[in-house]
Amino acid sequence: MALVQRTAQPGDNLAAYFAGNEGRRLALTDGSRVGVIGGGPAGTFFTYFLLRLAESVDMNLSVDIYEPRSFTCQGPAGCNHCGGIVSESLVQLLATEGINLPPSIVRRGIESYVLHMDVGNVRIETPLREKRIAAVFRGNGPRVSEPVGASGSFDGYLLELAAASGAKVVRKLVNEIAWDGGRPQVTSSDGSSATYDLLAVAAGVNSRVPQLFSEVAPQYRSPKTLKTFICEFKLAPEALDRHIGPSMHVFLLDIPRLEFAALIPKGEFLTLCLLGHDVDNALIDTFLGAPEVKACFPDGAMPTPVCHCFPRVNVEAAAQPYGDRIVWIGDAGVARLYKDGIGSAYRVAKAAAKTVVHHGVSSEDFRQHFWPACKRIDNDNSIAKLIFAASGLIQKRRFLRRGVLRMTANEQRRGAARRHMSTVLWDLFTGSAPYTEVLSRSFHPEFPAMLCWNLIAGNLVRSRPNGSEERPHE
Amino acid sequence: MNKASLGQWYSKGDVVIRQGEYGEHIYAVQEGELEVVKERKGGGEIRVAVLHAGDIFGEMAILQKEVRSATVRTLTETRLLTVDKKTFMSRVHEDPSLAFNIVRMMAQRIRALNAQLGERRARVERRRLERRTGKQRRVGPRRSGQ
Repeated sequence: MALVQRTAQPGDNLAAYFAGNEGRRLALTDGSRVGVIGGGPAGTFFTYFLLRLAESVDMNLSVDIYEPRSFTCQGPAGCNHCGGIVSESLVQLLATEGINLPPSIVRRGIESYVLHMDVGNVRIETPLREKRIAAVFRGNGPRVSEPVGASGSFDGYLLELAAASGAKVVRKLVNEIAWDGGRPQVTSSDGSSATYDLLAVAAGVNSRVPQLFSEVAPQYRSPKTLKTFICEFKLAPEALDRHIGPSMHVFLLDIPRLEFAALIPKGEFLTLCLLGHDVDNALIDTFLGAPEVKACFPDGAMPTPVCHCFPRVNVEAAAQPYGDRIVWIGDAGVARLYKDGIGSAYRVAKAAAKTVVHHGVSSEDFRQHFWPACKRIDNDNSIAKLIFAASGLIQKRRFLRRGVLRMTANEQRRGAARRHMSTVLWDLFTGSAPYTEVLSRSFHPEFPAMLCWNLIAGNLVRSRPNGSEERPHE
Repeated sequence: MNKASLGQWYSKGDVVIRQGEYGEHIYAVQEGELEVVKERKGGGEIRVAVLHAGDIFGEMAILQKEVRSATVRTLTETRLLTVDKKTFMSRVHEDPSLAFNIVRMMAQRIRALNAQLGERRARVERRRLERRTGKQRRVGPRRSGQ
């Protein structure tokens, strides 16, 4: 039987201990039960780290992951609806954690980005010319994809990892949440109930799970979201190699309401990820009709998408994503704005797991030890808004686009030691570095000086029409 | 090369890091085998360890800010993922538990080296004993012959 309340011991938390009765805290102990709603990256990372950290302090926990979806299904039924990019920094961090992404789930290793603008395009290479960005399918792949099993799905792989760590995967839909003697109780679609010492909610923003908490956790308010558009095209392998290559293609186009768009190669498919305000068919048609986009397809002909969806993404943190014995992680709590959602899920999930094992599961524990990790991401998102405002300005002003193109192209051509614009764009597009770091890079004294020079040179001296730097892929 | 695999491929016999050089990266072995060799002062080298998929190397020079303590060479075609010093160190400051896996791996290596050292010492001891016994045997008949 799990002990759900214990008196703090000297050495646990001195401030709480000397505070007398306030020192009584909620904590997990040997045999405690943990429920996790959602078997996506946030839920599985949380489970993996929770079990690993608990084992390191000789604590035996029982974890149930509620995930009704089978990631082996093709199309939306097995998909968690996402662009499917594992960022450069996350690939590296996972490797140091001992999680090496196998080739079976990496549909394409990305080694460069191609920035497309109406004034031309430029390829931005990694300094090491190494494939450190993984393009993955969250499920099996689009509707017409070949069945590859759990080993081909990113989410399936992580769920297997969590299960191998000792978690039990419950293939049921959660229908109701209630309190049972001060502990969260989960009722599934078949009517069965289970009471837990801790509930981690990692159900994202595209399910009805957040609504289940309106009465049981009134302090929690779901995050603000934005509608996106994701679709997949099927192309011949030679066409993909020739037109797309091992690169992610990003677009800075002067299209109203368009924030960001990217084409990501994945095996025999090409994923289009479009972010914007009030994404609708008109915006999608305008984007797909742009000559810069059409040029990425064989003969400029756009094939019919084989799969598409309009998922929502978190664009503003949830209000108080924690309470006594309950914590919201991943998109349901705090996520990185527009980029590296899987990376922020990893960070937040790990912070939650560390809080639970080393501190406790009360609202105060989460506020002190989990919330700072969320706040760091949230604060970074404030900087991101500033950066995306600047990026929006570049999208709208042709003379700025010329300067950016010229500066980046020169840095790439010369293999310059200091690649100011290339590094800023690389970190911005890949989501590898915090937005604060991206901003601080642009404060380097050489950056504004070089940009000014390239703005002048790019707009006055234009020897190359369109300034195009890109060649077909080898 | 598989388009889906991450990292970089190295041919058999490639030197990934060289003893005495400064390094800016940690390496995670994705596929293949490598050997860790220590170069002797008088020439030649001694194999210290063999690395396999899942192993990490190159961390000592990053953590200690010193030159590489050994040379690492591929034994087969090998795929490695490079981890930047900056990415790793900035994240370790934010989340020290990130170093846990590396510390555990280093502890395993120290344990293996201790075992190797123990075996080597035992071997040297055994040889010394054998030499001493052999000497006594040789000395024995001469004495008896006097």
